[in-house]
Amino acid sequence: MNELVMQPLSQSLSIAAPELTLALGLMSLLMLGVFRGDRSLVGLTWGAVIIYIIAGLSLVNDPASRFAFDGLYVADNFSAFLKVIIFAAAGVCSVIALPYLKRARSDKFEYPVIIMLAALGMSMMVSAADLLSLYVGLELQSLAAYVLAAFHRNEARSSEAGLKYFVLGALASGILLYGISLVYGFSGTTSFAVLGPLLGAGSSIGLTIGLVFILAGLAFKVSAVPFHMWTPDVYQGAPTPVAAFFASAPKAAAMGLLVRVSMEAFGGIADQWQQVVAFAAVASMILGAVGAIGQTSIKRLLAYSSINNIGFALIGLASATADGISGVLFYMAVYLAMTIGAFLVVLSLRDADGRLLDEMNALSGLSRSRPGMALALAIFMFSLAGIPPLLGFWPKFSVFNAAIASEHYVLAVIGVVTSVVGAFYYLRVVKLAYFDEPLGVLAPQESRINGAVMAVAAIFCSPIGMLAIGPIVRAAQSASVSMLSF
Amino acid sequence: MEFPILTVMILLPLISGAALLLWPGDEDGRANSARWLALGTTLIELVLGIALWLGFDTGTSAFQYRETVPLFEPYFSWALGIDGISLVLIALSVFLMPICILASWQSVKTRVPEYMAAFMLMEALMIGVFAATDLFLFYVMFEGGLIPMYLIIGIWGGTNRIYASYKFFLYTLLGSVLMLLAMMYMVSAAETTDIPTLMAYDFDPQVQVWLWLAFFASFAVKMPMWPVHTWLPDAHVQAPTAGSVILAGVLLKMGGYGFIRFSLPMFPDASVELMWLVFGLSMVAVVYTSLVALAQNDMKKLIAYSSVAHMAFVTVGLFGFNQQALEGSIVVMLSHGLVSGALFLCVGVVYDRLHTREISAYGGVANIMPRYAIFFMLFTMASVGLPGTSGFVGEFLVMLGAFKTSTWAVFVVCTGIILGAAYMLFLYRRVVFGTVTSEAVAGMRDLSVREYICLVPIAVATLWMGIAPNVFIDPVRAPVADIVARLNAAGAPQQEVAGSADDVSAPLAGAANLPARVLGAVAEATE
Repeated sequence: MNELVMQPLSQSLSIAAPELTLALGLMSLLMLGVFRGDRSLVGLTWGAVIIYIIAGLSLVNDPASRFAFDGLYVADNFSAFLKVIIFAAAGVCSVIALPYLKRARSDKFEYPVIIMLAALGMSMMVSAADLLSLYVGLELQSLAAYVLAAFHRNEARSSEAGLKYFVLGALASGILLYGISLVYGFSGTTSFAVLGPLLGAGSSIGLTIGLVFILAGLAFKVSAVPFHMWTPDVYQGAPTPVAAFFASAPKAAAMGLLVRVSMEAFGGIADQWQQVVAFAAVASMILGAVGAIGQTSIKRLLAYSSINNIGFALIGLASATADGISGVLFYMAVYLAMTIGAFLVVLSLRDADGRLLDEMNALSGLSRSRPGMALALAIFMFSLAGIPPLLGFWPKFSVFNAAIASEHYVLAVIGVVTSVVGAFYYLRVVKLAYFDEPLGVLAPQESRINGAVMAVAAIFCSPIGMLAIGPIVRAAQSASVSMLSF
Repeated sequence: MEFPILTVMILLPLISGAALLLWPGDEDGRANSARWLALGTTLIELVLGIALWLGFDTGTSAFQYRETVPLFEPYFSWALGIDGISLVLIALSVFLMPICILASWQSVKTRVPEYMAAFMLMEALMIGVFAATDLFLFYVMFEGGLIPMYLIIGIWGGTNRIYASYKFFLYTLLGSVLMLLAMMYMVSAAETTDIPTLMAYDFDPQVQVWLWLAFFASFAVKMPMWPVHTWLPDAHVQAPTAGSVILAGVLLKMGGYGFIRFSLPMFPDASVELMWLVFGLSMVAVVYTSLVALAQNDMKKLIAYSSVAHMAFVTVGLFGFNQQALEGSIVVMLSHGLVSGALFLCVGVVYDRLHTREISAYGGVANIMPRYAIFFMLFTMASVGLPGTSGFVGEFLVMLGAFKTSTWAVFVVCTGIILGAAYMLFLYRRVVFGTVTSEAVAGMRDLSVREYICLVPIAVATLWMGIAPNVFIDPVRAPVADIVARLNAAGAPQQEVAGSADDVSAPLAGAANLPARVLGAVAEATE
């Protein structure tokens, strides 16, 4: 790690190959889009998918050094794990939006480009080894996200969502930046590699305050309680594919960032942030579970569900052990599949005129009108509720296991009890789809690709997905070990 | 490599369930092929179950037919194996399943393929629960059973089905998640997920109390024990007939199986210490639910409450801590599985004709349906515990064994037999005897061939178990002896009957001890 001497630029660039690929790729897509106009949307989207695949493949190289840009950037198994799921989610979210954008007459070529911009920011976030590169990555992602939330610029709701997201997000960024400046002022460094050992030797009250500010700023990004207020409004107001994107990749990236900052930079004072994280976990689980009960909008329900799930993932971080961290990674990987799948169902719910339905009642009798989709929805809901043998049980299992192993018994008990409360509203969705009679006619699935993605996600979340436990958990374990052996 | 019979028994219904969901054709055709496919599958399962029994060595308590595939490392593995206790319960499951399919042959008219698929899933999970020798595999199977049952009650249930399905799901889920945490603790302490190893592992006695309580939360709900039994009458009343049969016949047995597989051998010290709790709840349950049953107007509800009372016999027997009592408990479980299943079928028979479960709507059925009345009589008597039927053997053994542990508990529980006779005979008199009360009753047909096929095998099994019970007790003898040995090592009270004065004080001493133990455990946990 003592490689803070000047590094040749070529070495840095080869270590940061995935980001380089994304940056060059998105600029070429942007140029193409500018010259070819909006009709190039489909081509650009598939081009973006190819770029994600190339960027993903470039993760496989074995760099001479883990650090690049003089210690600002790190490439380890941890960042690689998260980048794989971020790229996958970004690619999927670009593709599944196509039919929606076309119908909403928002088929502007910028869509895949902005998503890629966000993906680049997220990729930087999970590779940040310094508070400054952390901030740059986070802002790149956030600015792209504000634009995406307001993508239907002619629609008041979407603009409102964008504005709300921007104002609150800017506030959170300010808090984060203030925390960073405090940490820098009291320690004289922004590098995780230097902060870690420094804090292990001793802390000061100023550092603690800085830490709390940083955690607050990041809690906003993962939408953990008490910084969750924007989530339901933004999910509901933003175009549905954008909400699917918000619920997936940025959550994984921000969670990765939170884990890395906590464990690497502030690992020495873990006992201080563990309490904060445990509180956020408990509050998120409870509020996410209780808040969802009264919702009538599916998108709002899924927003509360994401708050709830982030709470569970935070249990893994609160354990502050290698098992806990690998549990968080496993959780995010599975959560992404469940949530994208659930949003795909929402994207397919259209009435006979083709208007997108967002009311819970639209799900009534889905098992009669669309048995395949109802089955997929049931799989996603039982999986989100964490009922075995569905795959969604196992990430919960792994974080609870970590909490038990690190003797956080109270946290684990609160967690399982809220998971029962949460099961109530997931059951309500299944009840609507299976027990009730159909209310209206639904338009048929318009895109085979979306149907196929939904089917893949459903199979992944079904008991068959349990066969993937071994590979994913082993990858998550090597990822968490690679980060902790910093 | 041996033929992996247990894996086949679990996978076959799953494959068949998927097949009948995907079966092509129009609605009628699909429904018909679903019925036949489901019946065929359950019959093959029955044959496999018989093969399982015939190949089983009853002389040993070791797990047999073991299979281990490390499929889901690092969390758990696909590890199966059965001992005698698992064997008899698997036999009960595969025996009842074809009858359930037949019972739903005509009464279920909507979404037949989905219905049959849910039952296929149920069968796989039931066998999985009893055959799992990996702690988390057991949990997966145990919890997974909630999903098909939720759907069965919610889609094909009665008018108030949605309330009942939620209640069933959330009640049982809340109990099980606490058990899950206890399991995680056990695995982190013992560093294995293998159930036979854990059964011989000695946990710290102070921790045992907590683990025992967590498991108790799950099994007491599943069993169900008073006061967490309230989901059962709702679920039974709303579920379709076959759902009730499976619920009473097999799902409730998972609670008893859990006690005997986990609580007793893994936490013997805590079991001995908390015996008073189980005895206390069981005594209340027997008297209270019997009285409640006496006041019911709904036939299914009455039988549901009688189930709670019978399950209290099981718990008293399990915590009687000796060979007779434990064997008796297992026989009560088997007998109750058959008899209450049969009683629900009997209710289903008249429900299919008159579409009401109100007792007052019937009367004088014996005049119209004499053959039905005979079967109903037999199962009523078996439920009461008449000698010669399966009910007698189990209840007698339980009382004989538990008498040595606590005369008071047995004394109170005995009243349950009298009350049981009261409510069952009262039910029988109101429905079957007397004059024909209405035109509708007069128009009822006697048993059809299909209904005969459902009821005759259960009747034969009930009598067989009543007259020659050793066939059913032999397989469980060795495993029960192992558990009793472990409990005795933990200091289970085993007074001779003569020293009955101590019998009262033994549970009370445990009660007096508990607060101190709990405080000690709290102090340790907060350290």
